Amino acid sequence: MLLIHCPYCAMERPEIEFRHAGEAHVARAPDPSQLDDETWAEFLYFRSNPKGVHAERWRHVHGCGRFFNALRDTVSDRLLVTYKAGEVRPELPPQEHSR
Amino acid sequence: MQYSFLNLVRQGLSGHQDWPAQWRSPEPKTAYDVVVVGAGGHGLATAYYLAKEHGITNVAVLEKGWLGGGNTGRNTTIIRSNYLWEESEAIYEHALRLWETLSRELNYNVMYSPRGVMMLAHNVHDVQVFKRHVHANRLAGIDNEWLSPEEAKAFCPPLNISRQLRYPVLGGALQRRGGVARHDAVAWGYARGADRLGVDIIQNCEVTGIRRDINGAVEGVETTRGTIKAKKVGVVAAGHTSVLMAMASLRMPIESFPLQALVSEPIKPVLPCVVMSNSIHAYISQSDKGELVIGAGTDVYTSYSQTGGLHITTHTLEAIAELFPTFRRLRMMRNWGGIVDVTPDRSPIIGTTPVPGLFVNCGWGTGGFKATPGSGHVFAATIARGEPHPIAAPFSLERFVTGRLIDEAAAAAVAH
Repeated sequence: MLLIHCPYCAMERPEIEFRHAGEAHVARAPDPSQLDDETWAEFLYFRSNPKGVHAERWRHVHGCGRFFNALRDTVSDRLLVTYKAGEVRPELPPQEHSR
Repeated sequence: MQYSFLNLVRQGLSGHQDWPAQWRSPEPKTAYDVVVVGAGGHGLATAYYLAKEHGITNVAVLEKGWLGGGNTGRNTTIIRSNYLWEESEAIYEHALRLWETLSRELNYNVMYSPRGVMMLAHNVHDVQVFKRHVHANRLAGIDNEWLSPEEAKAFCPPLNISRQLRYPVLGGALQRRGGVARHDAVAWGYARGADRLGVDIIQNCEVTGIRRDINGAVEGVETTRGTIKAKKVGVVAAGHTSVLMAMASLRMPIESFPLQALVSEPIKPVLPCVVMSNSIHAYISQSDKGELVIGAGTDVYTSYSQTGGLHITTHTLEAIAELFPTFRRLRMMRNWGGIVDVTPDRSPIIGTTPVPGLFVNCGWGTGGFKATPGSGHVFAATIARGEPHPIAAPFSLERFVTGRLIDEAAAAAVAH
């Protein structure tokens, strides 16, 4: 079970308090009706699914109830950093995401 | 060597010391007509049918590890075709019909055992959904029948149908032709069959890049054992599909999740069929070795780690222990994870890609094993002809743009 640091509650809590909410930084277009089908499909369905550092959303459903973002290594499942929604994706020092 | 009673006797006379290897371990050639990436059941079946049905024998199957060592060797071996939508019924039933004659076709005992797959309903919603499945399947000529709790108990005696359960059994949908097969034997049988037809199976050979010419068409792959040229490349890499397709600058509508399974200590025959419960996340059958083979739901986060959280398997075991109180004192021997490639509609992607010469067969998610023969059969036809086989056509990559999804995600409620 992952231990996840909620940036709002400022504490590490077990994974079962959280809901995974998919890839982070997937922005919805302001006016979807202006998009062509490919761009809309890209937003709805296509994901980067990287083997390595993944930016993803979590929601602390059994805590503060808020969404936040995390960087996690999908090979080791190690959480590298969590940050509040709306903040830019942090740069990682090179050694942190080596296994 | 053909496996037969006569050859068994002959080999027995020499103490079984002279059986030939089931497949060669050739050095990769510099060029092939077709390269299949991934030597799991689906990839090996693809190579087999390319050689057998389309006469394309200059084929290499590249595998980064050992053949059948990925999800083929990690699944819970359940076979059934009782899906809701016509497109799914077509492909899974195509596979089921191939399963029925596969051992003879391959001259290899894949231990296909149609012992019945029973899917339990625990609430009114389940009952309505499963009855809808039963009717849809019968319209399509696929066997599926509704059982009352008492009939379910008669078919599977260890089942607890007490009304006192947290999630009582309100009935079940039974596909009698469903069952299990020996997963390793499926990979080995297809590997041997393909090898005998001239296909090169190259293990410990990881693809590190996809080469394209100036027009963007595929011209080969880079591997840890050198460059291999091929005008047609079929990617059959399950959880690693996104990684491989990124080598051709393609993004996929796929996320990779860990899916766990576990087996108990072996016991005498006690469970005569496969029992699945989508609502409470439990799948169970008994292997011929006597182990109870138990499948869980996926973990919640994407991962390539081939492991998952213990609370997921605990949740499954709690459900099993309530449905089958007699199993409570069994010890579990092994627990593992596989990385499954999940699409938004929980249906596979089989066909061409925007890159000429690059084909993909992926997105089988949590339920790919049952489709192995059918998947390989239609994918081989797709590669050979350069256009989708009619059964594969609805499962195109374009469906995510056109919106013509095959939404088994909603249909199956949770898992496959």
